[in-house]
Amino acid sequence: MNSVPQRSKAELLLELADDELILGWRDSEWTGIAPFLEEDVAFSSIAQNEIGHARALYELAARDLGTDADALAFDRRPDEYRCAPLVQLRRLEWARTIARHWLYETADAVRIEALRSSEDAEVAGLAGKIGREETYHRLHAEMWIERLLAAPEGRARLEEALLELWPYALGVLEGGLREAFAGLVRERLPFSLPEVVAIPRDRHETELGELLEEMTIVRRSAPAGAQW
Amino acid sequence: MVTEEAVWEALAEIPDPELPVISLVDLGVVKSVEIEGKRVTVELTPTFLGCPALETMKGQMETAIEALGAEPRVDVVLDDSWSTDRITPAGREKLRVAGFAPPAPRSAGPTTLVQLQSKAFRCPHCGSTETRLDNIFGPTPCRSVRYCESCRQPFEQFKTI
Repeated sequence: MNSVPQRSKAELLLELADDELILGWRDSEWTGIAPFLEEDVAFSSIAQNEIGHARALYELAARDLGTDADALAFDRRPDEYRCAPLVQLRRLEWARTIARHWLYETADAVRIEALRSSEDAEVAGLAGKIGREETYHRLHAEMWIERLLAAPEGRARLEEALLELWPYALGVLEGGLREAFAGLVRERLPFSLPEVVAIPRDRHETELGELLEEMTIVRRSAPAGAQW
Repeated sequence: MVTEEAVWEALAEIPDPELPVISLVDLGVVKSVEIEGKRVTVELTPTFLGCPALETMKGQMETAIEALGAEPRVDVVLDDSWSTDRITPAGREKLRVAGFAPPAPRSAGPTTLVQLQSKAFRCPHCGSTETRLDNIFGPTPCRSVRYCESCRQPFEQFKTI
């Protein structure tokens, strides 16, 4: 793991968990309103998986930090969340949603593959599990890339969306992992993406504050625990 | 004192919360059973990490173990030890009879688009392999939706994990 800059195991797990939780939330915003039924089902299902991954990652981090998964997911201050700006962006139009989906899944695959060979058996084991589930997300994203690249209008819209999101996507990873990710993206596309400065993790979009406000409302209104 | 065999038998009586035709033991999610005096420790491996049935499964297992007069402890294992290959042959047959196509065996590498779009998947209704992928995602994380060109029925195909 020498390609990932120095941070503690818990910090690394929180970055991953925050990415998956916030993207899961964003994906769930398509439930009921995706352009057609299959995509409504797909994005709802992907959202459910991402939030499941976040929960497992928070549980591992919580063991190190002496807290619990819910506290990590809901009780931190907005400035303590470590999710990449790419996942913070709110309900993008469809081409941008697909572009983000593909960029994120490609980056996540690079990261998960690296974590599978972690010296920490718990991290490696969980990464193996997450990787198997994410395979289906990647295949779904790849089908869309094929579909969009097959016709001039789709290709133009995808290109525009990727150009806009490229600096955000580069901010998901650092060092050698970022380079590996950028290589995979460039290799797949029939057009080029510029050299740009990555938008780092410590930047918080205003949309994130709004999301957290909504996401934590039940927790804040029933601090002792909601009963269903 | 409760025996390991009695615990396995009790767990084999618990239906999967979402697919009651198959038991938790058939599903292969019970990784191990250990007995120390009155304490029974069971390792439960989630199918998918986001499966909402996980808490229900855990609760049902605890209840079944308590009914044997033992103290349950159910540990959820967060690793890659569950695979659709762990579904028992009896479990696969029960799924097929209920109209769900059982998962293909896990291959050496990750699943590819070519595999998903191939005709290797058999319709559980008519047995034809003239089927196509309709949606990678279905009503639960563990299933895809396919369509049979022969009997013109959609069906749910278990994803290989």
